Amino acid sequence: MVEWFVWVQIVIAAVAGVTAVIVGFAGVKPNDYTLGATLLVEALLAVQLVMAVIAPAFGNVATGSALEFWIYLVSAILIPPAAVMWGLIERNRWSTVVLGVACLSIAVMVYRMSQIWFVQLA
Amino acid sequence: MTSKISSTASGVGRVLIAIYAVMALGATARSVFQIATKFSEAPLAYVLSALAGLVYIVATVALVRSGRRWFRVALVAIAFELVGVVTIGTLSVVDAVLFPADTVWSSFGAGYLFVPLALPILGLLWLYRVRSSQENR
Repeated sequence: MVEWFVWVQIVIAAVAGVTAVIVGFAGVKPNDYTLGATLLVEALLAVQLVMAVIAPAFGNVATGSALEFWIYLVSAILIPPAAVMWGLIERNRWSTVVLGVACLSIAVMVYRMSQIWFVQLA
Repeated sequence: MTSKISSTASGVGRVLIAIYAVMALGATARSVFQIATKFSEAPLAYVLSALAGLVYIVATVALVRSGRRWFRVALVAIAFELVGVVTIGTLSVVDAVLFPADTVWSSFGAGYLFVPLALPILGLLWLYRVRSSQENR
């Protein structure tokens, strides 16, 4: 993992999440912005996936359990597409909040992944 | 109950289901990892962790499905979670050896931003609202 990229990812996911939760409760249906932001979060996860595959070849290895890291990463990658599909099928305000919940979950999961990679003592 | 959408899955209940689904995925995946790699360190805690994950799955399904029976299943599952997080949360503070810090209910779910503590309370409030709105019909 590359630390600055992790923080970019967390900030984007958190901002996208909080925004979607707020506009969702305000009554906004899933639109190009909230769906697009969730897809951006997914795209960054895909980049993270590629980076996590090649990073060990450059000596950048997880200090914690690689298996736990991958369980988090694979679980995280499943979440945004599920939320986007939900948003496309059911077009009401609650789907926007669901998009927000998905993005916030990713922010937390990426933070946990960074802990496993950088500071885990196990 | 003839409507296609169950009453517990309507409106803000949708959001509750999404959070339950994420917690079900997170807690179950993590406990599978823990049981597979370090079960002997804290067997009781990891088994309870897996149980918590399964209960999240049950709660997610029960909230999605409609009907009186599923409503009751959701009620039991969510109440179980509240008892679990309060009991294990307290035990983890009192006896840190028996319950290490990395299970879903430890320290009242602090490792999951206290979502495990907040979720069953919100869930019970939601079920109560759904039931009272049905009785008024």
